[in-house]
Formats: sequence, C-alpha cells, structure tokens
Amino acid sequence: MNAPTVLSPAVAPGPADASSPIDSRFIVPGMRCAGCIGKIERGLLAVDGVVSARVNFSAKRVAVRHRPDIDDRDLVNALERIGFEAQALADAPFGEDRNETRSLLKALAVAGFGMMNIMLLSVGVWSGADGATREIFHWLSAMIAIPVVAYAGRPFFISAAKVLRQRHTNMDVPISIGVLLATGLSLYETATGGAHAYFDGAVMLLFFLLAGRVLDAMMRDRARQGIGALMKHTALQALVVGPAGDTQWVAAAALEPGQVMIVAAGENLAADGVIVKGSSAFDNAMLTGESEPQARGEGDTVLAGTTNVGAPVSVRVTAAGGDTTIADLARLMDDVGQHRSFYVRVADRAARIYAPAVHSLALATFAGWMIAGAGLHQSLLVAISVLIITCPCALGLAVPAAQVVAVGALLKRGVLIKDGSALERLASVDRAVFDKTGTLTLGTPHPVSLEALSDDEKSIALALASASRHPLSRALHAALASEAVGASEVGNISEVPGVGISGRWQGQIVSLGRADNPSVPTVRLTIGDRSRDISFRDQPRADVGPMLVALERLGIESSILSGDAAGPVGRLANAHGLSFVAAADPRAKVDALKALADEGRNVLMVGDGLNDGPALAAAHVSMAPGTASDVGQQAADAVFTSPGIMPVALAVRVARQTRHIVRENFALAIAYNAFAVPIAIAGLVTPLVAAIAMSMSSLIVVGNALRLAGSAK
Amino acid sequence: MNGLAILIPVALGLGLCGLAAFFWAMRSGQFDDLDGAAQRILIDEEGNEEDVSRP
Repeated sequence: MNAPTVLSPAVAPGPADASSPIDSRFIVPGMRCAGCIGKIERGLLAVDGVVSARVNFSAKRVAVRHRPDIDDRDLVNALERIGFEAQALADAPFGEDRNETRSLLKALAVAGFGMMNIMLLSVGVWSGADGATREIFHWLSAMIAIPVVAYAGRPFFISAAKVLRQRHTNMDVPISIGVLLATGLSLYETATGGAHAYFDGAVMLLFFLLAGRVLDAMMRDRARQGIGALMKHTALQALVVGPAGDTQWVAAAALEPGQVMIVAAGENLAADGVIVKGSSAFDNAMLTGESEPQARGEGDTVLAGTTNVGAPVSVRVTAAGGDTTIADLARLMDDVGQHRSFYVRVADRAARIYAPAVHSLALATFAGWMIAGAGLHQSLLVAISVLIITCPCALGLAVPAAQVVAVGALLKRGVLIKDGSALERLASVDRAVFDKTGTLTLGTPHPVSLEALSDDEKSIALALASASRHPLSRALHAALASEAVGASEVGNISEVPGVGISGRWQGQIVSLGRADNPSVPTVRLTIGDRSRDISFRDQPRADVGPMLVALERLGIESSILSGDAAGPVGRLANAHGLSFVAAADPRAKVDALKALADEGRNVLMVGDGLNDGPALAAAHVSMAPGTASDVGQQAADAVFTSPGIMPVALAVRVARQTRHIVRENFALAIAYNAFAVPIAIAGLVTPLVAAIAMSMSSLIVVGNALRLAGSAK
Repeated sequence: MNGLAILIPVALGLGLCGLAAFFWAMRSGQFDDLDGAAQRILIDEEGNEEDVSRP
C-alpha cells in the first residue's frame, strides 16, 4: 500500500524514530477551491506524524509523507475530520500513460526547436543565398536536422518497425519512409553541393504530426485522470475478530476462510461468507442488479461486493480472494475483453490504402523520369519530392484534431471518453442495451413519501439524518437538503448501530430508526408519541424518456438487459415501450450481447454494476455512469458524470458528427494531394513549395476540426 | 557575412536555452498540477483563520 520513499526535497525526520518517513497517496474527490487545498494541507500537517502534505488539484489527490507508525486509515480519518471524504490510493495506476505524454511532449519540443532554426536558415536560402553561404546554411541545417529527426522521429520509427514486423502497415510507415528518405536525400544534396535540401520539410512534418500525437495523448490522460478521480479505489478491508476477542483491519487479499469479520452498516463485504450473528439487509445492486435490498439472517450466505444497509453483523468467511464471486466476474471480463484489440482505427484503415498508393506513385514517377531520359539523380530527386508532398501531414492530423476537439466539447458536458478509438466505435452504434439498476435508475434509495411530512417533521428528520452515516440516513439527508429545509435544534443526539438515531427536541424525545417492513426499506420517524414511516425506492433518472427518443431519432433501437427481477424491470420497460430481459446473470448478459453482435449489430452497452463488467467489456462500445462500480468504469469506454442519462445520446450524436468531420478532413487531404501531386510528378516542387503546401493543408484540416467545438451544445 | 558568424550561434544558443528550460520544467513537475497552481495563489499563507465553512 505504501510506496517506498521517493526522491524529493529532504525533510527532517521525526526525532524519536530512526526509520525514514513513508509516502501515501489519497484521492479526495471533494476538493473544489483554493480554500480546500489550504485546509487539507494545513489540516494534515497538524496531524502528529505527518511530515509533509502536497495536494495535486488537477488529479484530486494528496501525497502525504508521514512516519511509519501512523497508517492510511489514520490519515483517512484525519481527512474526514477536516471535512473531506478520502480513499487511500494503492499504487500509481496511470503512471505509465503519463510517461507516454511526457516523451511525446519532449519530442515535440525538440522538433519545434529544430523546425524554427532550420526554417531560419531555409528562409535565407529561399531568398537567394547561394554559393558558399548556401552550402554553410545547408550544412548547419543538416547538423540540426539529423539529431532532431533521430530524437523526434522515434515514436514513428518504433511504431512503424513494430507493425512491419507483424507484416501490417499503419500511418507511421509512410511517415517514417518519407522522413528518412527526405533526410537522406537532403544529406546527399548537401554533400554534393546541390541546390535543394528538404531538411525543413522533414522536420516540419515531424512537428505537425507530433502535435497531433500529443493532443491525442493529452486527451486520453485527461479522461483517465477524470475517471481516476471518480473511482472509489476501495482497497477492500475487513474488521476481523481475533482469537482473544481483539479486532484488527485485514486487507481482503489476506482474509482466510474461517475468520469472523464484523461488517457495520454501510460497509462493503470483503469476502463471501455466512452470517453467524445478527441479521440485516444487503444491497446486491452492484453485484446482481437487484434493486431491492435482500434480508439475510443467521446462517444465510452473503457475497463479497454487496453492501450491508441494515444492522451490523458478524460474518464467517467461507471464500476469500480468488475464490469469491467478484473474482469469477473478473476472470469472465478478461475472457470476453480480448476482441477489442481487433478493432482497426480509421487512420490505420486509411493508411492501408494510402501507403501502397503513395509508394507506387513515387516508384512510377521514378520509372517515368528514367524512361524519359532523365539521370538517376534527378529521377530520384523528383520521386522523393512526390513522397514528401504526399506525406500525410494533413492525413496524420485529420483524425486526432477532430477527435480532440470533440472529446473536449463532450468533457465540458460531463462525458469522459477514454480514447479516440472509443469515439470511432461510438459513431457506428446501431443498437443500445441498458442495464436498469444504477443506469436507467439512480441506483440509490430515494425517499418517496416526503410530501406527507410537515415542515417541522422534515427539519427534525434532517437534523437526525445528518448525524448518521447509514446509507438511508444519507439518502434522506440529501433529499431534504435539496428541498431547502433547515435543520432544527436537536440536542443529545446519539446513534445505536442497527437501531437508529435519537435526540431531544423541545423537550420531546425524537428518533429516526428501523421500521419493520420486509419488502421496502423504510425508516420510522418518531416525535414524542407520533410516528411516521418514510419508505425508500430506487428512482428512474429524470431524462430517460427524452434520451430514448433522442436515440430513436438517431436510428438506434434500445432495450433493457437487467439482473433485477422481472417485476421492476417490466414496469420501467413498459413505461418507455422497450423490450427487456430480466434476471440475467453476467454470463447471460454477455451471451445476449454476442447474439446481437452475430446479427451484425454494433451494440452500445450502458451499465454500472460489477455484474455489468463482462458485458461492458464484451460490447462493441460501452458507457458507464460516474456512480458506477470501479469495475464498471474501468471496463467502459466512456463515463458520464451528470445525474441525467442524456449524455448517452449526446455522445453518440457528437461521435457521428466527429466521424463526418474526419471524413471531410480525409476528403480535404485527398483534394490537396490531387492538386499537389501532379506538380510534384512534373518535378516542379521546390522545398519552398513543399513547406507552404504542408503548412496550408495542416491549417485547413485543423480549422475544419475546430468546427466541432460547439458540437456538444 | 561576419555578422552571421555571430548571429547564427546566438540564435541557436537562445533556442537551445528555451529547449533546456522546457526539459527542466518537465522534469521538475511544473506541469503536473496546472489547475492547482492557478488556485494556490489564492491561499492565505498565514493559516490562522478559522475553518468556518466545513462542507
């Protein structure tokens, strides 16, 4: 859990202990302003044993350096006292991805440096330098260009070499060949005192293409960071009772069958087990999709990943780690998730036609000039100028520029798209399948009979509910707080786990506690001798109807595929005129999606729970709400954070617009080639013409892509 | 021509300085938390005000 000490400015270790401080990282989703940064950092520094604390606001994380004698749990509690919910972060999940962006950025900086300096010299040559001056300028350009190409071209060369070894081709192959040939020829020209050197063209090409790659990588980073901040990172733990009656926290992986763990209300089970003491209700929504909590008593089996929403219980572990139901789901997900790697991205599909066409064109030009009687040197020169002018500068930017703008526009509306491939797959969707619990519905209990309460009762309920962390209390608190009810003065508040909260209001005893209603989760508000029952139900999201209409308008048929019982699923499906499949286990969901895929449909799966994980991984493309399980968010291609579900239709619409713009960009690039290639074949392209043509075509493509900025309105 | 012998090394040198500065900034984590850097300027360093606005 704790990373080893890393390099950072030296800090004075605590005087008492000889052992060096250790680093821990926490995710704090609730930080929103400068005040939060200050509060968290100062608050943590005030904790005994903390050496330093540093907030990363963009990633919503805190890095804490502390003495080994305080652990993550102490620090999470400290953060909670300061007023922030926090989760300990196990390791650096996305560290490698950031490194990719870094190395691309460095390559871009080097290419930019090279491009500017070579252009400086080239302008001198174009405006008439000749003789010894031109030769010096060419040699200087070569001295800058060769290391720059060697460094900045690496991402392309490595990728091209990799696909060539697999006997495929992608966009990087014509790029690498073009750049290497142009550099090689220019070097030859320089050595023989020739008039034309294309160093500027080669380096400019790298610069523009790297800009596209950097944008692409940054877009992925941003989405991953956003999703990382949403995830709960629950390193599951359990409070285990030792032989002497003492209790200690044990990580889920270290649990062993036979141990007894105490599960408080609101906690997730870390392992499968049998209840040995107490009885409670368990929320299986994440695991099976059932919306109603299930009552479980002594001797009943409970599963890892479910949430205890009732009273505290003692559970004897029967299966832990790799034997649990959750682990089975993870294995199923690995099995079905393989097919995605077969999807070929638009740019690479274009390259499969483009690369052979360009290369044979250059070869034909070479042959033509040889036959026409030109010398070997001149024929080669013309052939290479064809390669440079057709080199897919605009083509290389056509896809990433459009996708980056579209993903940025969607991000502003709360939709995080993980990568460009997801956006491309989203555009081809013609069938949508929705999970019910937590996807079409909010997935959290919502009080349904609040109108029946008087204002006094509401404010007492709010005061009591805000004192407890029980899931139903928090739901009640959220609902009442949104109605702008003020909390009344309730004194002597005390909570008895599993029974309820009580306090004193205007001389009367008031309480909020469990009501005996086995079918629907209900709490009873008691004021003196009056009492009121408040029942809770899972509510559909407000904009399910409009979203389904919007999808239909895009020509997409929808249906529900849920693990919940037929009754509640049918009610929701009938309300919106959808077909449905109920009581589907994870395997059945995957099979249903496979059947649709075999019919030739491109299926969009929208789901949230652990049970949807395999289906999300198996679908053509998938989305998950921000409230989804970590598994769901990891498996999905896109995550939407709004409380409504409209972003699903919005994302499909923007993806289709993006596809349209990408096609336009390809058309523009082809039109540019149709215009420039004859000039190149005729042997009329000088380095100046190449430089102008390249920048113009890139600017046009980027300008066209910017039209997507308002697409998510 | 003599001017070029000075001006070109100067131009290249300045470019290299910029490049080196960028590499240093990358390595020392200047771009790690861009939003946070914008917010931090608003923090009062004294740290003796009361935490009244607990969320």
